[in-house]
Amino acid sequence: MTEWLSPEEWTAVRLSLVVATTAMLASLPLGLGAALLLARGRFRGKSLLDAIVHMPLILPPVVTGYLLLIGFGRRGPIGQLLYDWFGIVLSFRWTGAALACGVMGFPLMVRAIRLSIEAVDRKLEAAAGTLGASPVWVFLVVTLPLCLPGILAGMILCFAKAMGEFGATITFVSNIPGETQTLPSAIYTFTQVPGGDAGALRLTLISIAISVAALFFSEWMARIVGRRIEIE
Amino acid sequence: MTPALDIAVRHRLGDFALDAAFTSDGRLTALFGSSGSGKTSLVNVIGGLIRPDSGHVRVDGETLVDTERGIVLPKHRRRIGYVFQEARLFPHLTVRQNLLFGHWFVPHAQRKPAELDKVLDLLGIGHLLHRRPGGLSGGEKQRVAIGRALLAQPRLLLMDEPLAALDEARKAEILPHIERLRDEAGIPIVYVSHALAEVARLATTVAMVENGRIAACGPTADILSRPDLAARPGAPEASTLLAAEVAGFEDAFGLARVTTPAGPLTIARGTLRQGQRIKIRIFASDVMLSLGQPTEISALNVLAGTVCEIGERSGPGGSTVNLLVACGEARLAARVTAKSVALLGLALGKPVHAVIKSVSVEMP
Repeated sequence: MTEWLSPEEWTAVRLSLVVATTAMLASLPLGLGAALLLARGRFRGKSLLDAIVHMPLILPPVVTGYLLLIGFGRRGPIGQLLYDWFGIVLSFRWTGAALACGVMGFPLMVRAIRLSIEAVDRKLEAAAGTLGASPVWVFLVVTLPLCLPGILAGMILCFAKAMGEFGATITFVSNIPGETQTLPSAIYTFTQVPGGDAGALRLTLISIAISVAALFFSEWMARIVGRRIEIE
Repeated sequence: MTPALDIAVRHRLGDFALDAAFTSDGRLTALFGSSGSGKTSLVNVIGGLIRPDSGHVRVDGETLVDTERGIVLPKHRRRIGYVFQEARLFPHLTVRQNLLFGHWFVPHAQRKPAELDKVLDLLGIGHLLHRRPGGLSGGEKQRVAIGRALLAQPRLLLMDEPLAALDEARKAEILPHIERLRDEAGIPIVYVSHALAEVARLATTVAMVENGRIAACGPTADILSRPDLAARPGAPEASTLLAAEVAGFEDAFGLARVTTPAGPLTIARGTLRQGQRIKIRIFASDVMLSLGQPTEISALNVLAGTVCEIGERSGPGGSTVNLLVACGEARLAARVTAKSVALLGLALGKPVHAVIKSVSVEMP
């Protein structure tokens, strides 16, 4: 295998996996919270929150990337705070790529989780309440397990989106080999140089393999979970 | 002594106004009324699923709701078991996990060792323990739901038409378990139903719910036989409930002799055993009245008594009258035409003979 891919190509594959996984895991708590608010919350500005969550889905990725650059760059208001308080730098780092991928995958994740929370029978939650479970426990032992298939689907969607993210990433953190050059950026780079066709093709095949694997994995998980939750 | 249940609540739900007050010491209090009369809203208030506009809910002297004092306990702190019409079992847990769900949430100070074996035996669900709710029949689900509520150590058990979604065979499967529960578990039960047969069989106390109000509340036998209640439009027919004990048999005819507070009766033997205590029910329209001792009639039961209550004329065109006849220590409900009342000169204190056909005595 190592002879089949050049070290640079390997780096891009590994980086992509790390970035996509980080993006997925970091989005999860926020995505769960946003989905819960949108599914169950009754508050002013709910449609505004809904619009903000869906923004990355409708904006051109380059625009999202540019907004991230303005906001999270070293001189940006949020980027400066992060640097001053925690010493975190996002721009032109792999963490920035993860942020861009996470933001792009966020609406997909929230959507899947939200639908599954809305599908949970609230009568079951009321029954759990009469059995002595406080609202927090009801969420943890009834709501959460029942929407696990949706959460898994949301995570896979976010991961797949992150694996393929290009526009926002390259705009925000550029295309630095070994730091921010993910699979799509590497493929793009290969297509820009003479004789890069073979490399582009190899990475394309790997990209397809990872996506298909993620899909099968999610189907498999859904079947296991679905077998446990036989809806009455 | 404080009653086991003391409820007085007002609540407005759109056009519907709930304004219900009753107290009960019964082991099983039935909230009886037609669909839409507010029975379910009332148990939801007791169980904490609806927060009433005003009023109080007290169980065994403990205040769960008192809006004047600003007390409204959330449902998870009331320790009231609730058995819903649909079983509402958790699909992601096994039967065993479902049963013990409430037990986990009993505060440590009050927690007793789970009486799982006792509940499994009481409800006959031991063989289901490792199954999942998805594969259970309706009757099995409902029994698991009852067990789940019991194991949460409730101070009161609410049952909202637990048999309504089941067919007759499944109902017959569950009814004996609810009777055992009533007699053995020592937890007061509030049972919502619109089926008179269930109420007659199970309830010790009946609260009649009508348009969000309690029209009457009292011991089951009294409520079911009251002429004034039977005269209301849409009310079910009056009937007499009697506790009976099997005293002997007439084997040649397949009959059983039973003693009741109203006097001895002969009824169909069926599967009765010597000395067995049963409940029998006689509909008011199955009771015939005669001034003299009737002879040479087919009916086997003739009880002497005196008219002790005469209701208003009711029924189609005001043609019928419900009345009560004091026989022995019991009061027998009878429904006759207004014309018969006039012809026989029936009045309070008048001695009469109540004639009851054996075939019309029911065992609910």
